[in-house]
Order: sequence, then structure tokens, then C-alpha cells
Amino acid sequence: MTMIFGYPLPALLSQLLIGLINGSFYAMLSLGLAVIFGMLRVINFAHGAQYMLGAFFAWFLLRYFEVGYWPSLILAPLGVALISVVLEKVFLSRVYKLDHLYGLLLTFGLALIIEGMFRHWYGTSGQPYSIPSVFTGALNLGFMILPIYRGWVIVASLVICLATWLLIEKTQFGAYLRAATENPTLVQSFGVNVPRLLTLTYALGAGLAALAGVLAAPIYQVSPLMGQNIIIVVFAVVVIGGMGSILGAVVTGYMLGLVEGLTKVFYPEASSTVIFVIMVVVLLLRPAGLFGKE
Amino acid sequence: MATQTAATAVAPAPEAKGTSTRTIALAIVGLLILLAAPFVIYPVFVMKVLCFALFAAAFNLLLGYVGLLSFGHAAFFGGAAYICAYSIKAWNFPPEIAILAGTLFAAALGAVIGYLAIRRQGIYFAMITLALSQMFFFVCLQAPFTGGEDGIQGVPRGKLLGFIDLGDSLAMYYFVAAVFLFGFLAIWRIVNSPFGNILKAIRENEQRAISLGYRVDHYKLGAFVISAALTGLAGAVKAIVFQLASLTDVGWQMSGEVILMTLLGGIGTLVGPVAGAALVVSLENYLATSSFPVPVVIGTIFVACVLMFRRGIVGEINAFLDRKK
Repeated sequence: MTMIFGYPLPALLSQLLIGLINGSFYAMLSLGLAVIFGMLRVINFAHGAQYMLGAFFAWFLLRYFEVGYWPSLILAPLGVALISVVLEKVFLSRVYKLDHLYGLLLTFGLALIIEGMFRHWYGTSGQPYSIPSVFTGALNLGFMILPIYRGWVIVASLVICLATWLLIEKTQFGAYLRAATENPTLVQSFGVNVPRLLTLTYALGAGLAALAGVLAAPIYQVSPLMGQNIIIVVFAVVVIGGMGSILGAVVTGYMLGLVEGLTKVFYPEASSTVIFVIMVVVLLLRPAGLFGKE
Repeated sequence: MATQTAATAVAPAPEAKGTSTRTIALAIVGLLILLAAPFVIYPVFVMKVLCFALFAAAFNLLLGYVGLLSFGHAAFFGGAAYICAYSIKAWNFPPEIAILAGTLFAAALGAVIGYLAIRRQGIYFAMITLALSQMFFFVCLQAPFTGGEDGIQGVPRGKLLGFIDLGDSLAMYYFVAAVFLFGFLAIWRIVNSPFGNILKAIRENEQRAISLGYRVDHYKLGAFVISAALTGLAGAVKAIVFQLASLTDVGWQMSGEVILMTLLGGIGTLVGPVAGAALVVSLENYLATSSFPVPVVIGTIFVACVLMFRRGIVGEINAFLDRKK
């Protein structure tokens, strides 16, 4: 058996794969956070709740309407985006003029409400969501066994991140968005409906979180706690990457997932804290974050 | 400046110069309530309120007077509780030394976390404190001495200074009340000192404070460490009162709870956090017997506070009294 640094290669690769999967979710979630923050200047604490909602949406559709994985991949993000439009209109739009901290506190409250309700209804145990039949089984790549669904998640997340980046950097909508980030008053005076742009951005970010939730449903169980378990790690990812650039958020997400996977091989005790340790190091050496500008 | 800072948005009325008769009357009434409470209300409940009131007041020193929102204060509260409980159980420390150990630990942890967190401002500060306290949570979860999911249970209350038996609930109560009073007066003194004035200056306009030649980072770190130490004091005392230190005390929910107490009572007011703590603890006690989900209620109060009364209860009362003048 091939050994690397005294560890069997297959074990190393399988942990790297798990790391890459986790990294895919970190990337998608920190991407959504960065998009929302860039435009609204609000740290969306409800991001984890929206990720959880996405997974539950898919689970509901399957359980009660027998709607499968593929339609869910579109319906769940749309549903969560719609809910988020309401949240933005009713609550968030009132705090833009205040200190950013109020946005954080408001979304924290919303997250508590949403997660608390689901916890009340479904307890803390997870609901299983089966892997769609196309993706059952595994590929033998020769050097390792790759469960097909996991491969799909990595590909899908890469496509999603790329598409979001293209949307923001290369389209008309993205141009408006970037302009409004720089100078909302001026953009408004050109006749662009900036408040609607804010709503759409929030819905986009929340939809991305929900999409990640649907992708996560077959891997992790659908549980009311799935969002709060991941959101604080994603915050650390965002601090490490800096929220200045979208690409930065994505790259940092994948990278940290891989580092976490490697830590599980070499020093498993530290696997839950390694991302925070990296955050500390980055804060000491480059406080603005790896991709931040200051 | 386009946006208001957290604390100026809830701008507390400038405190009356000197001590007005109103303040003195309030202080006397407060003291009487503190002395009489255990004869009217279940003492353990009042002790819980007092511990959380000190916790919230210490937290408010940072949020209300320096404008720094820490989302990680549970680390100091729970960390001190663990150290206090462990040193009593494993090393037979007397309660006063154990509390001191817990407080010192919280101060040291505060120095480390504070040093890292003040490198960024605003929302990043909140996220960094949250992430670091979550890291501390994982350490507590894995470290052998914390007892993992069970926590450290059945901590003996012991004899204070060797002769006051804290097993007696009245003696325990007056000890907690004294600690609370000490902490509260310390905060009052700090806020009304030259040091406190510089903290407020940093809250109002950090750039200007820098341009006036103040080493802003030193003051921020100082305030952070003091806040952490007093938080630790509250946590250590709570560990003795409930004879328990557990993961609940270090979890992020605890950090959220103390923010809520402060926000509800009134950010940047002295009495606000105390009132907020009393309200939240009572509410949780009441909800514990019902089947209603606590996080939903807490979340709803959060949203209501942020949207409708950012000044908090005491802040609104102050504003009302000032209008009448």
C-alpha cells in the first residue's frame, strides 16, 4: 500500500475528499455572506437558518408531495428566497441606516426564531434524505473510491460559485449591483431602483444558502441544528478570507475545508478547532484577511 | 458620518452631574430590595438574577461605554465557572480562592481574545470574538477536566474564609449580593473615571480620540480585560451557587443571552443590564415550565428590541424623564 508521511494513501485521500466536500459548503455559504455583506453591509446571521431551511424544504417536498431531488434543487432555493424577500422587506430594510451591529443582532434574532421553531417541531435528531438514484454507488478511480454523489456535490458547488461570480462580474445586474455598492445615491439618481436591488441581493444570498442546504441534505442529515453548527465556522472563514472579494471567499472556503480534512488525518483532536487557529494566525499576520483590502 | 454607532444610536442621556437626589433615592431603594429579596422571593432565583445581572453589567461596560460588541463573552463566564468548580473539587480550594482563580483566568483569557479581536473593528470584532469563544467551547468539550457533556457536578459550596458556611442559603445569598454590589460599584466607578471618559470618547469618535493622542488600542484592551474579569467573577460565583459548571455556560447561546439582557434593559445605562437580566431570567424560569420554545421567544424579543426600542427599557424611561424636564 502506498504511504505518504507514514499514512496510507487511501485514508489520506478519503479525508481530503471529506475536506473538499466541507470546503464546498464553506465556499457556497461564505460566498452568500459576502454577496449580502457587499451590498447590504449586514452580516447575515440567519445564513445558517436559511441553509437549514433549504434542506428542510427539500425534505418536505419529498415527504409530503413526493417531489424529488431535481425539482427541489430549484424549488427550495426559490422558496427560501421568497421567504427572505419578506424578511428583508419587513425587518432588515429598517436597519440599513443604523449601525451595522443592529443588522447582526436582528438577523441573530431571526435565526433564533427560525431554528427554535424547527427544533420545537422536529427535535434535535436528523431526518434522513436519500441520495437520488442517479447518484447512488461509487466510482473506482483506481487510487480511491469516490461515492458518486460526493463527486456531484463538488462539481455542483464549483459551478454555483463560478456562476455567481459571472453573474456579479459580467452581467448588467451585476454591474448595477457593484455600482450600488460603491455609491447607492448616485445609482438611484440614474433611475435604478436601489431598494429593490437590495431585496434581490438578499434573496440571492439566501437562495445560495438554501441551494447549499439541498445539496447537503443527502450527505448530512436534515436537522434543525445543521445551520448553527456550520455558521460560526463560516464566520471564521469569512474573517480569514476578508469579505472584500467574492473569489476570495470561495477560494478560502475550499482551502480551509481541505486543511480541516488534512488535520483529521494528522491530528484528529484539533480538527474542530484548526480553522479558528488559522483565523488567529491570519489576524496576527494580516488583520485585513487574506483577500481583504484595508 | 453616515451611520450612527451602536451606542450613540441609543444615546444615553448624559448622566446628571454629581449625584442628584433621584439617584440617591434609587440607590437606597435598590439596596433595600437587595437586602429584603431573599425573604420574599426564592433565594436561588435571586442569586441567579444577580449573577446574570453582574454578567450583563460587565458586558455592557464594553458595548455601552466603548461601543464594542463582543459575541464571545460566554467564554469568560463559562471558563471562570470551570476553573472555579474544578479547583474546589479537585484541589479543595476554599471558595474565595477558587473565585479569585476563576476571575484571574477570565482576565487572562480576556487579554488573549481581546488582543486578537481589537485588531479589527465593528462587525469583524463581533465575528472574531464569536469564533474564538466557539474555539474555547470545543476545547472545553474535549478537555478531560471539564467532564465533557456532563460538566463538573456536585461542587461543594464550602466555607467562606473558613467560617461562613455557604451551604446555608441565606449566607450564600448575602455573599452573592455583596459580590454583585462590588462588581456593580466597580463598573460605576470606572464609567465615571477619567479612564471611563476616554472609553466614551473612543465610542463616540475613534479617529478623533486617536488624533488627540490616546493609544486607543490600549484603552480598548484594558476595558476588554476588565469586562472579561468581572464576567468571570459572575461565572465563578454562579458555579458555586448552582454547584455546577457545564457546557451551557460556554456556548454561543449564552453570549447571545447576555447581549439580549443588555439590549432589553438599555445599552449604555448602568441599571439597564440589571433590569434586563432580571426580566430575561424570570422569563426563562416561567417558560421552563411551559412547552413553549425558549429560543423563539428570545429571538422575538431580539427582533422587537432592534426594531422598536433600541434604547431599551431603562433608556426609554431616561429619555421620557428628560423630556419632562
